[in-house]
Amino acid sequence: MPHDETFIDFLMRRGVSRRSFLTYCTATAATFGLSAEAEIGMAAGLAAAPRPSIIWLSFQECTGCTESLTRSGAPTIEALILDHLSLDYHHTLQAASGEAAEQARRNAMEANYGRYVLVVDGSVPTADGGVWSTIAGTTNLAMLAEAVRGAALVIAVGTCAAFGGVPAAAAIAAPNLNQSGARGVAELMETGDIETRPIVNVSGCPPVPEVISGTIAYFLVNGASPPLDASRRPIAYYGKTVHERCTRLPSYKAGRFALAFDDAGARNGYCLLQLGCKGPLTYNVCPTQRWNLGTSFPMHSGHGCLGCSEADFWDRALAADASGFIGSAFYPDFPPQT
Amino acid sequence: MSTVVIDPVTRIEGHLRIEAETENGVITRAMSSGTMLRGIENIMIGRDPRDAWAIAQRICGVCTLVHGIASVRAVENALAYPIPPNAELIRNLMIGAQFVHDHVMHFYHLHALDWVDVVSALSADPAATANLQQCLSPWPNNSTAYFADVKQRLSGFVGSGQLGIFANGYWGHPEYKLPPELNLLAFAHYLEALDWQRKASRLHALFGGKNPHPNFIVGGAPVALDGQPGKTALDASGQALVEAVIKEMQAFVDQVYVPDTLAIARYYKDWSRRGEGVGNFMTYGEFPDPFAGTDDTSRLFVPRGVILGRDLSTIHPVDLDDPNEVQEGVSHSWYQYAAGPVSLHPYAGETRPNYTGPQPPYANLEMDQAYSWLKSPRWKGLPMEVGPLARVLMLYATGHAATQTLVDGALAELKLPITALYSTLGRVAARTLETKLIADQMLVWYGQLMGNLKSGDRSTHNDALFYPGSWPTSAQGVGYTEAPRGALAHWIVIQDGRIANYQAVVPSTWNAGPRDALGQEGPYEAALRGHTLLDPAQPIEILRTIHSFDPCLACAVHLVDPDGESLMRITVA
Repeated sequence: MPHDETFIDFLMRRGVSRRSFLTYCTATAATFGLSAEAEIGMAAGLAAAPRPSIIWLSFQECTGCTESLTRSGAPTIEALILDHLSLDYHHTLQAASGEAAEQARRNAMEANYGRYVLVVDGSVPTADGGVWSTIAGTTNLAMLAEAVRGAALVIAVGTCAAFGGVPAAAAIAAPNLNQSGARGVAELMETGDIETRPIVNVSGCPPVPEVISGTIAYFLVNGASPPLDASRRPIAYYGKTVHERCTRLPSYKAGRFALAFDDAGARNGYCLLQLGCKGPLTYNVCPTQRWNLGTSFPMHSGHGCLGCSEADFWDRALAADASGFIGSAFYPDFPPQT
Repeated sequence: MSTVVIDPVTRIEGHLRIEAETENGVITRAMSSGTMLRGIENIMIGRDPRDAWAIAQRICGVCTLVHGIASVRAVENALAYPIPPNAELIRNLMIGAQFVHDHVMHFYHLHALDWVDVVSALSADPAATANLQQCLSPWPNNSTAYFADVKQRLSGFVGSGQLGIFANGYWGHPEYKLPPELNLLAFAHYLEALDWQRKASRLHALFGGKNPHPNFIVGGAPVALDGQPGKTALDASGQALVEAVIKEMQAFVDQVYVPDTLAIARYYKDWSRRGEGVGNFMTYGEFPDPFAGTDDTSRLFVPRGVILGRDLSTIHPVDLDDPNEVQEGVSHSWYQYAAGPVSLHPYAGETRPNYTGPQPPYANLEMDQAYSWLKSPRWKGLPMEVGPLARVLMLYATGHAATQTLVDGALAELKLPITALYSTLGRVAARTLETKLIADQMLVWYGQLMGNLKSGDRSTHNDALFYPGSWPTSAQGVGYTEAPRGALAHWIVIQDGRIANYQAVVPSTWNAGPRDALGQEGPYEAALRGHTLLDPAQPIEILRTIHSFDPCLACAVHLVDPDGESLMRITVA
């Protein structure tokens, strides 16, 4: 992009219409509850913004978070990578491999030092000198520590990067519960293992696609992270429980519950609490944003919420003294009473 | 001799490192190393077996669902727990959708840039590209204006100087052979496929509530059928949407993916003579007959079996319970066995991390020592290739008519012999052709599901054995599936209602695993041997062959802990 070109000029030159640009701003503004005035401000902000560099690091992960981002309906992954961002390092999508990929990362970090957004998915193993995960012969912790220094904002995408996630889940047979010493990014800042920078946790296993893209979009416009809850998650998305937002809430209030997965109650959309739903404990936007272009969400398709946007949700059934599991983390241990 | 290192290998799932020794530009020995370990199986121990699917599924978010499927089947096999035919059909549809979604994304987003030079597309003539598209298929995005727009978008992007995900690609490498128009057409479909896959993922959302990581349940499917309008996802309109999504998948496969594969293959026919691998192929089989049930492996849509040394005349039977068939060794892996250098069946398996590699940061690994977090699985002592090529060969060899028509037709169009299948290009083509076979079959399963509903069978879940009080004190079982990347099975041991042992032997471990104690290479390593690198600083040839397997390393690296001892012994050299 020529140095003096505005973002909106840049988008229009590349075939993005002014109308679709404003639609995108409207959708993002609505999510964050912004007024029409703020929306205009957002459009103006984006129009004047340079195309920011994103460095995306993947550590102990399953690539589900990246896959989720590609499902985002607004903005789309195509719009993000071609029009809104410069995704300068991303293992799953980038053309370059090996040294050419590492060079691309170094170039982007140097050219955008102090300004780039660092996205992390996957937890960071800290046990045994970090040998549980290496990239280009380097430990994940070393690569993260280097990349954090020049970041304007860090976005920890997914429950693994936010809170440790499944690699940090209890392993009863191992001498310590978290075998690889898997840590979330914010925890590493707290312990001083990496430098502290502004950080947003976008939890979920994986997070809702539009929550990932919307959080990035918010930063593009405002140059800062959105208002956060105590777990550093955007309140706009994580401010209410799944239960409060659920379409089955009226059934709950009326005392109507499904007691088997294909009984009449299940077909009538009754509440799934007695089949193990963790909606009341889980802060997320699934029932209102819905998944996959607004198609459905877990309870709408008959399964209770697993609670995947909360820290330690895998270990909910762990005995208080960590001696073992006391049942299922997701289902009742006895048939619900009629 | 010099060594070429690629780390990270990108456009895959997970963390893979390739080191290749070359003499005069020809690869003499290659080494495939998985460099990340999470220890998922260890996390299973002590938990409720009904929870296992959710944890196992997090092994991988790309081939999302395959580990969930293998897991619920393992528990059901252990408990002799039958599920309703509707649940089999829902699972078939979900697995089928995963294949179609995953293979298309692999082709356009993970593999295409090895064959398609996006920079060359800038010199394409949009009118000629439109003409080319009209010759290839009836796909509607075929006008000059459409391709002019795509070209303008690309040129604006490249002109910005900020190349993003396309930065530092091997653009202009002499191994890129496509004319500019085909490069532009493929780039247009790269973008279209991103849009298409979002819509395709709706099928998983309907049945499983979300994608990635849709929900499953031991004993059937969690979603109720024929719900009250608006109250559940599979009400009448949801059922109609399933059919619409399948037809959208089919249209893209028939009119874009299949013709693009053949058009591109025409320019790379020399790749039908390299990258074969080990020449042995294995399938566990997939898509049970919904009325016969999962455990009747004689009636699978993709049959189970082994092909040895390219010999399609004999299909060897596979028994996942036989302790002498599937075994894993660790002679070149960062693990050790209590009994020393042996190979173990998964029921008797163990894994004790024993990192003996170099202290990070390091420059090279040692090929003659342990060099990977992957183990070396073998079938009766032999390395096996698993995946699309194995499945297509199995269908072809067992006389599946639609497969024979498709394969023979593609070979005839490319004027290639059947031996061309044993190659990098053959693997790519097999993936495309099986996508069509499965997409077509999905409408059959959908019809059966609707037929059942019409006849009054709405059952999706068998509640009889769902609660632990109904289980035996001890049980063990194996759950099989075909993941997009190949044969996958989970073995579970249940004791007193808890998981006592849990093990997964996964496709990319078969394909990407290291040498065994006898020095037999894994399929990646064997496939790379003999490749000529035009420019060792830009080893695009290695990427082509490795990507033709569609690596999934998060799946491949795992950890077993059967006996509850303290096993974490990691010493850094």
